[in-house]
Amino acid sequence: MIGAGMTLFRRRLQETGKELCYEAARMALDSAGLTLADVDAVVSGSAPDAFDGVHMKGEYLLDGAGGYRKPYVRVFTGGGTGVFSTIAGWWHVASGLADVVLVVNEEKMSSCQPHAQSVFAHIWDPILDRPLQPNLVWIFAMEMNRYMTVHGVKKEDIALVAVKNKRNAVDHPCAQLADPKITVEDVLKSEVMAWPVQRLDISPPSDGASAVVLASDEVIRKRRIKDRAWISGVGWCIDSTMWTDRDLYFPQYVARAAKMAYKMAKIGDPRREIDFAEPYDPFDYKELHHLEGLLLAKKGEAPKLTREGVTQRDGDLPACPSGGLMGVGNPIAATMGQKIGELFWQLTGQAGKRQIPHEVRTGVSNGWGDLMQYGSVVVMRA
Amino acid sequence: MTARISKWPGKELHADDLYQAKVTQVRFRPDAKYAWSAGEAMSRFLEELQQGRLVARTCRRCKRVLFPPRMFCEECFRPTDGWTYIRDTGTIETFSVSYLDRDARRIAQPILVGVVSLDGASPMMGMMHYFAEMTPDQIRIGMRVKAVWRPPAERRGSVLDIAYFRPLREGEA
Amino acid sequence: MRVGIVGVGMTAFRSSTPEYSWKELMYEAASRAYADAGVDPRTQVDSFLTCAEDYYEGFGIFDEFVPDQIGAALRPTCTVSGDGLHGLANAFMQIQTGLIDVAVVEAHSKASDITTLAGVVEHGLDPIWNKPLGGHPYIVAGLEADAYLRSTRTPARSLGAVVSKNRRNGLRNPHAAYGADVDPAQALASEERFSPLRALDISAPADGAIVLVVASERAARRLRADPVWIRGVGWASDSPSLETRDRAAATYARLAAQMAYRLAKIRAPAREIDLAEVDDRFSYKELQHLEALGLARAGEAGRRALNGDFSIDGRLPVNASGGSLGCGNVFEATGLHRAAEVVLQLRGDAGSRQVDGANVGLAQSWRFVPSASGAVAVLGVGK
Repeated sequence: MIGAGMTLFRRRLQETGKELCYEAARMALDSAGLTLADVDAVVSGSAPDAFDGVHMKGEYLLDGAGGYRKPYVRVFTGGGTGVFSTIAGWWHVASGLADVVLVVNEEKMSSCQPHAQSVFAHIWDPILDRPLQPNLVWIFAMEMNRYMTVHGVKKEDIALVAVKNKRNAVDHPCAQLADPKITVEDVLKSEVMAWPVQRLDISPPSDGASAVVLASDEVIRKRRIKDRAWISGVGWCIDSTMWTDRDLYFPQYVARAAKMAYKMAKIGDPRREIDFAEPYDPFDYKELHHLEGLLLAKKGEAPKLTREGVTQRDGDLPACPSGGLMGVGNPIAATMGQKIGELFWQLTGQAGKRQIPHEVRTGVSNGWGDLMQYGSVVVMRA
Repeated sequence: MTARISKWPGKELHADDLYQAKVTQVRFRPDAKYAWSAGEAMSRFLEELQQGRLVARTCRRCKRVLFPPRMFCEECFRPTDGWTYIRDTGTIETFSVSYLDRDARRIAQPILVGVVSLDGASPMMGMMHYFAEMTPDQIRIGMRVKAVWRPPAERRGSVLDIAYFRPLREGEA
Repeated sequence: MRVGIVGVGMTAFRSSTPEYSWKELMYEAASRAYADAGVDPRTQVDSFLTCAEDYYEGFGIFDEFVPDQIGAALRPTCTVSGDGLHGLANAFMQIQTGLIDVAVVEAHSKASDITTLAGVVEHGLDPIWNKPLGGHPYIVAGLEADAYLRSTRTPARSLGAVVSKNRRNGLRNPHAAYGADVDPAQALASEERFSPLRALDISAPADGAIVLVVASERAARRLRADPVWIRGVGWASDSPSLETRDRAAATYARLAAQMAYRLAKIRAPAREIDLAEVDDRFSYKELQHLEALGLARAGEAGRRALNGDFSIDGRLPVNASGGSLGCGNVFEATGLHRAAEVVLQLRGDAGSRQVDGANVGLAQSWRFVPSASGAVAVLGVGK
């Protein structure tokens, strides 16, 4: 990876989806010292078409994403897209078919009226689930409750993640939800949405776009590109549609994706060999759930690591040093900039005030999506 | 990211900008309607619900009783073997106490909802449904529950033919 | 390293399939493909790709509803928001990385589940420039057809030749939904719809599912004596804007073919390609695509169609399968269907629609109204 860019993440942005793509893509290309003419292929990632209000929205966005008269394809794995599109970009280059690939992820949730929530009515099975008129938050509440109950995790422990990430986000220039003063008590006193989920446990809808530039090592050598980080491992996995048949306390599919990525990266002991992580955290408990799914903590152990400060930016295993989705915002697929982008910026020493104070050489990030089903994992090295 | 960048792209709007049309916008409501064929498994599932029964499929190879029923076993990747009825009692595997309705509007009386694994099906096989005749303080994972069916005349072949699951009482199977 | 197709599974295409859910349709195609390839999806497949769009399926995140019925539960799986050939191209790349040995590509149409098909297609139009005009989305195809016919001076009656050929070819294809003995005059007399397009120029929707099993050379040799090799793939997009794209010529197809020919080392496609399965969702598209693919010179496809050049026993058999006009419009599954047909031809398994002595075939697709995107695959047997 030789460049990255992203827009602000905000509840509502004025730019159209095409314009958001353009801004992020241009920034990424500029940071890599390249122009669109240097790009062999474009991959885009974007989640439900219904947010932007255009069927086949990948087609609609492609000119803003740099896909005009190029090989262009969109991939879509629900909330996993934020990390998955980088994997698709990776195989474009690693297959030898392209030397330089631009990956552009976009989400415009604000165009959906009256509320982006309404789209989530359509992610449920029409016969088994929809008649019960479910709200998206129920998914998280049910998973969170199961995780808490199986391991005896208290809300206080989970709230520590929200506090850490929203405070970390103060140093992120694009952050929507940064809060330097937030406390565990604030989280515990916030309005109950669907118990055990409370308002400050959640990252609300956002608009945004992000982009990364991938290049073959030949291009990197020829152009003597110094700011680069290597994609060492990729993995992805989907679990059965029948989510009511699964025990939600552990994301098996994230673990499988992680094992696939670690195998490729030749990582035998993730807890020791991974220096920092950007686990997907649309809700605070998800960071814990995913640290365990990423095999960075034993099952049920992530809350303890958090309590002990291990996952703080200056801890032994910084998690979401960027501020995560909890602090920066959650424009679904566009979270690539906050996840993958952060791996890149940390590994190339460009994370500014967020830079982890000790040397980091290996980082991992995961995306998560669908009906508590999808895991996409990328390992990057300096 | 590079400390050189001082202005990050994106112009923030506020709710009023949209709702009071302070920004130029185009509105459109898509005409997208669907009527999905339920298929063999779900059609029978719905018919049985209307009769006040829960039906599952069996796979002889992995020996599981699959609920909700399906014509193929996703583990063994082979057609499932037969139909079998399961009980309408079960165990709460997880739940939520929701103060939000489907459109994220606040409601005063919370909805108790969650997943109930059903007796007679393989372990952890279950369905999402409402819980009632219990308070938010009483509901817990591991609680034994039983379906409360709507009167036959009100059933339409839907998961809502069950009104909700209530706590299993002393002496009930 | 070479990549080959080792398994094909297709359901019959029908105007509606009320007895199946989309899951059950996919399961059937997948079962057939795995039986054909001799492969156990639970242990011998490394990656699954489905090609789908939420609004064709009626779900917010269709990706959720794919794994179980194709054997992908707890396996690496993804959704490509594209045509089946986009999926095939990505499977090809996955295998070329060396990470994946066997990949499965799936695509289907359950258009009969959509009760407002025109509304769904219309929803793909630009929300600011085009949607406010209202009108049926196929007007876009009419405008493009008009531009194509005028700029190439193609006589309108060549469209009748295309319709007739493909509907009649459909009669030879047991999978086809709309095989019929339509003659050119009948096509030309059918009711005008989106001029110059008439009723019979437009493919009717159909339900159907296709699954292909794709393998690295090493895995392919293990599984089957004669894999059909993917010699080249290519894909490209012209401008999404109706106002600024090439309307007369299918530039996306030209660019996609250029890429595929380069990989396949094909320098003279008109000579080296033995048969072609190209997108004919609207009759004029077959001609426009043939020219873009370099299989006919600009402005010549229409005349050659009238001469019978593209019939099954013609100089360049095109859409021996019946195409979409004969088989039905299966939306994002169209390209995968065409690739499957080419595979059957190259295996010598195409029954009464067999083209004799076919060694190299081309499959091409377009992502339908209002897109200007498409993909190409060049398949071959032998060394």
